Amino acid sequence: MLDIRDLRANAGEKEILRGISLSVSPGEVHAIMGPNGSGKSTLAQVLAGHPAYQVTGGSVTYKGEDLLDMEPEERAQKGIFLAFQYPVEIPGVSNAYFLRAAYNEIRKSQGLDELDPIDFMDVLEEKLKVVEWGPEIMSRAVNSGFSGGEKKRNEILQMAVLEPALAILDETDSGLDIDALRIVAAGVNRLRHPDRATIIVTHYQRLLNYIVPDYVHVLSGGRIVKSGGKELALELEARGYEWVADADAAPAGAGAA
Amino acid sequence: MSTAVYEEQFQAASRNGGAEPAWLVPVRKAAFESFRETGFPSPRDEEWRFTPLAPIASTTFVPAPAARVSEADIAPFYFGHPEWPRLVFVNGRYDASLSQVPAAPQGVKLGSLAAAVSADPSLERHVARHAPISTSPFTALNTAFIKDGAYVHVPRGLLLEQPVTVLFVSTGDATDAVTHPRNLFIIEDGANASIVESYVTLAPGSRYFTNVVTEVVTGANAWVEHTRIQRESEHAYHVGRTHIEQAADSHYRSFTLAMGGAMARHNLDAHLNAPNVETLMYGLYLTRGEQVVDNHTAIFHDHPNCRSWEVYKGVLDGKSRAVFNGKVFVQPEAQKTDAKQTNRNLLLSKQARVDTKPQLEIFADDVKCTHGATVGQLDEVALFYARSRGIPQVEAMRLLTYAFAAEVVSEVALAPVRDELDRLLLERLGSLE
Repeated sequence: MLDIRDLRANAGEKEILRGISLSVSPGEVHAIMGPNGSGKSTLAQVLAGHPAYQVTGGSVTYKGEDLLDMEPEERAQKGIFLAFQYPVEIPGVSNAYFLRAAYNEIRKSQGLDELDPIDFMDVLEEKLKVVEWGPEIMSRAVNSGFSGGEKKRNEILQMAVLEPALAILDETDSGLDIDALRIVAAGVNRLRHPDRATIIVTHYQRLLNYIVPDYVHVLSGGRIVKSGGKELALELEARGYEWVADADAAPAGAGAA
Repeated sequence: MSTAVYEEQFQAASRNGGAEPAWLVPVRKAAFESFRETGFPSPRDEEWRFTPLAPIASTTFVPAPAARVSEADIAPFYFGHPEWPRLVFVNGRYDASLSQVPAAPQGVKLGSLAAAVSADPSLERHVARHAPISTSPFTALNTAFIKDGAYVHVPRGLLLEQPVTVLFVSTGDATDAVTHPRNLFIIEDGANASIVESYVTLAPGSRYFTNVVTEVVTGANAWVEHTRIQRESEHAYHVGRTHIEQAADSHYRSFTLAMGGAMARHNLDAHLNAPNVETLMYGLYLTRGEQVVDNHTAIFHDHPNCRSWEVYKGVLDGKSRAVFNGKVFVQPEAQKTDAKQTNRNLLLSKQARVDTKPQLEIFADDVKCTHGATVGQLDEVALFYARSRGIPQVEAMRLLTYAFAAEVVSEVALAPVRDELDRLLLERLGSLE
């Protein structure tokens, strides 16, 4: 589904990703862990097409197409979803309007009819249950005045509605209390499907108690320095990041298809 | 510059005064003398520094001719529900057949100012008594040519249930013509009214000049919402002044939408003449191409315990320009004044430009006064957020621009008026590049 080869990217003059290779197949959950500043969030944002980063080398193939050649909206329409580490507040646009606009754009790109607000409400009703919310959240402005936990839940709601083929969660667990963490994890687990894949970017092992990954990769200094199974996350939790970061770069892309 | 053009027109108008009452003659004469003496403002005049007036001063605008238009012509410009009372002016003249003046409750007066002035001698106390001709040569010029405009008078204690719409229509016949509409709105003690004043054109490519003055008088404990919509031809010139006098405990809220005109200037002056007055000024300007839209506001706090709250927002595209100048004067007597002024601008193009100048002059010590101005572009991160959800770039820009502008529209108190403004906003944003 996703094939990243020797990906390099800069933020301004600074090289952040220094040759990342990773393969993700349908049905898999990959966790990307690493210390602060290792490039985890940059990788997530580069995959979604954030304009602040320039790709300087390597390739990313998504479902057989050149992902790096696509605009952010095109990536979304083709099934990529990034749950933001810092979801953006949009005062003046209701959650309902925003999400329906996104939903309809994705439908339109698939040649499907757009849904009017009433039909969309039916879709929404089911999805709101996933995040344990009532419909009143939909009339509030997008993330505007939301608490940190509410913003993350809203990301999960968007993900549940848009049903991406590849969901990328960028530190969705950071700063969440245990209830919110449980809701976020349930939302991700509900989306698990043999045709879909998930990349979880996280600093902590905690979320992985709820969402069990198939592969764990450790990013340090802009490269994957170690890959393994779910037990690697526990080892990182116990021993910290220093021992992997110091070790020689392990062969990357352990989750090859 | 070319005051001579208006000299001739003034003499002709004076000869044809007709039904004009005797008291108005010296008022108009004094106003013209004032205009003749000052001429048009020069770019060196601080009040007009950023306002390109040369096209107005150098063009010979003739008096606008009478024209016939059909209801179908103007129906697209009706604002709100079709049953709302409506005063329609075509090329500056009241058109009774296009207007809709329902049987109003006792004492409510809705109609043409020209007719009211001839019939009611008591109007001498109000017409041209509030907006001083010394404030601007354009006000003097308007006063010199006082003829017609809207007259709304709501008597003591009466709640006008439906908004009154006042529609000034320019036709293609008015190319290179000038009108000087003069409006008077009197909302007496304890009365309640909503008035929507709009300026529209049937000839979007035509050049003409609208020079309007509106006087608003609110009685004690009155509640007034005044919406002003300027969507003239984008080749037209519009200079307007709205002058408000507020009595104790009154609430006046204004919303101005400016989206027309090659050059459009509006001055909004509120005089808070007694304690415990509330004045809210909300504004939105949407410009594109080479439009210049200039808003000057002035709030005069002369008494204690008053509150003024002002938010103007602008969205500028193309090579357009906007000017915002907001003055708040707080006199020594005006203790406990609570005044806040905000001007925020969104530039959609690199060539667009804003000159913004908030000015607070505070002579009292126990007050809360703040102001702020911002000029910026669409938030890149918000744009990426929307795009990452599948919303194409152009749509995402429109959505965020709408969100920026809609925030100020949401301050309009009356829902049907707010909904109409929202519709106008969406219609205009639909045409963003």
